[in-house]
Amino acid sequence: MSSGEAPLLLDVRKVDKQFGGLAAVKDLSLQVPHGALFGLIGPNGAGKTTVFNLLTGVYRPTDGEIHFDGRRVDGRRPYDIATLGMTRTFQNIRLFPDMTVLENVMTARHLRSRQWLADAIIGTPRHAREERATRARARELLGIFGLDALRDEVATNLPYGSQRRLEIARALATEPKLLLLDEPAAGMNPQESLALMDLIRWIRTEFAMTILLVEHNMKVVMGICERIQVIDHGETIAVGAPAEIQRHPAVIEAYLGGS
Amino acid sequence: MGPLRKVVALVGTIAILAALNHVFESGLGDFQINPYYARIINLIGINITLAVSLNLINGLAGQFSIGHAGFMAVGGYTATFVTVYYGAAIAGLVGGTLNGGPGTFVVMAVSLSAGALAAALAGLLVGVPSLRLKGDYLAIVTLGFGEIIRVIILNIPAVGGATGFTDALPITTFFWIFGVAIATIAIVRNIARSTFGRALSAIRGDEIAAEAMGVRTTRYKVMAFVVSSALAGVAGGLSGQLFANPLNPQNLNFVKSIEIVVMIVLGGIGSITGAVVGAATLTVLPEALRGFDQQFPGLRMVLYALLLILFMIFRPQGLFGRRELGWTWLRLPGRTKIPVALSDSADARQHTGRRPTDRRSTLGGSDTDE
Repeated sequence: MSSGEAPLLLDVRKVDKQFGGLAAVKDLSLQVPHGALFGLIGPNGAGKTTVFNLLTGVYRPTDGEIHFDGRRVDGRRPYDIATLGMTRTFQNIRLFPDMTVLENVMTARHLRSRQWLADAIIGTPRHAREERATRARARELLGIFGLDALRDEVATNLPYGSQRRLEIARALATEPKLLLLDEPAAGMNPQESLALMDLIRWIRTEFAMTILLVEHNMKVVMGICERIQVIDHGETIAVGAPAEIQRHPAVIEAYLGGS
Repeated sequence: MGPLRKVVALVGTIAILAALNHVFESGLGDFQINPYYARIINLIGINITLAVSLNLINGLAGQFSIGHAGFMAVGGYTATFVTVYYGAAIAGLVGGTLNGGPGTFVVMAVSLSAGALAAALAGLLVGVPSLRLKGDYLAIVTLGFGEIIRVIILNIPAVGGATGFTDALPITTFFWIFGVAIATIAIVRNIARSTFGRALSAIRGDEIAAEAMGVRTTRYKVMAFVVSSALAGVAGGLSGQLFANPLNPQNLNFVKSIEIVVMIVLGGIGSITGAVVGAATLTVLPEALRGFDQQFPGLRMVLYALLLILFMIFRPQGLFGRRELGWTWLRLPGRTKIPVALSDSADARQHTGRRPTDRRSTLGGSDTDE
């Protein structure tokens, strides 16, 4: 499935990102085939989150091209990219505060909405039908993530682990082709990380989804990704299967310091 | 609500408004409503429209606009202008006059629509460039817009200039004021409860996350701004054509804008119920305190300010917070307790304990994972 022969869903070509004089990402190329579970790792400050922000349109690359699902997407606005089928979670959870758990997930269905403002104001049958479908779909997702019982709770009142799962549920509600997970195991204990790996693997199969995972925690990535790319100081230092990566001298040096 | 119930509710509301309007205009038997009270009630209705519409942009979308009086002025002057200069012709088209009856009804509808349209256009012109700004900057731009409008009007003799639009014909009635107020509440409520309302709340909550979930933030801010401005324009049209209440640039300055902001802050920013109660309170309060002026001139406004300060100290979230009066009052977000069994660690145990296949059964999927 993740062989080089599969068509590419995400193709990043020689992307640079500079902040003033600082090169956060240098000459980055990244190929994610359809259906892959791909890991992007690197030590703290390696530029992982910057890569995510480039992919999702938060930043515009200084140089290079990003192609997603056959379209060039660099320079597009984040909502455009989300509509094309790439959605993300955030390293520092960004749920919509003072909205309930259910409303958080329903909000992510907005880009699938086909009604007009007038439909909502008058309350047309189309509005009612869409609202029912949105609610049903959101509750289905909450059920999958074990959050349906908490659907009327304010999202930011949930325990940390549940907030992480809610964020994934919200991203899935947009029906993405590519799901970007930014350090999903951050702040979790080993037991929770284990459960999370289980969940990510399951999501990928169940939703037939391509997943790109940024992770600091090596164990999580090694456990589930078929292919891993390691970056340090904004540059790629290794690409390969988990077993190769673990033995790669440059990776060992980046993580453990010069030998 | 089914279509039939909607029609019944609509017809019922119109019938009740028409009946109350009759009492207002010609009394009921020996009973005649005190004109002073009638005037205050009418002003409450107009202020409800202003506060509830501002709540759409300031409360729901979380954008701080303080130029609402500017949009009220644009709509108000446009509506009044249409009636004064074209009212007789429009009434003539339907074979009526401006002295009541169907002719006046049509003129009112046309003039208010013109006011809404003009104010919506102004909202679009101000909103498109300025809604990319955030917080204080947006507030300053809207404030500036309000002042520009005021100065422009001040220099147009056709609408009375500094004297105010005293040529206005008093065709606003209780029926129109409260019909518009109820329609405004319904419109804002329906938007708030829809996918558009959720998109606006998402923008208020976290703009970056909203964009990442596919919400076109600027477009929806502009949309809320335009709807809000249009409704303020209608309120202006009602206000300018109310008996002995001509529009005057001096009364449509930023103090009026702030007054509307205070109404929604007092009621609880983001709450429609709060905006209604805030509008009513702030309309009645200065009048209720009028007695103090007889003992000591000026004391009234001192007390008024003091009451507002005390209120904000002891209830900073406003009367209603974000809550609405309604059937869901008893199960408001934040009231339910998180079950102990679903706290973090128990949750994680439960999660690892269950095989992924168990979860899959809820979806009826058939893929094999491991």
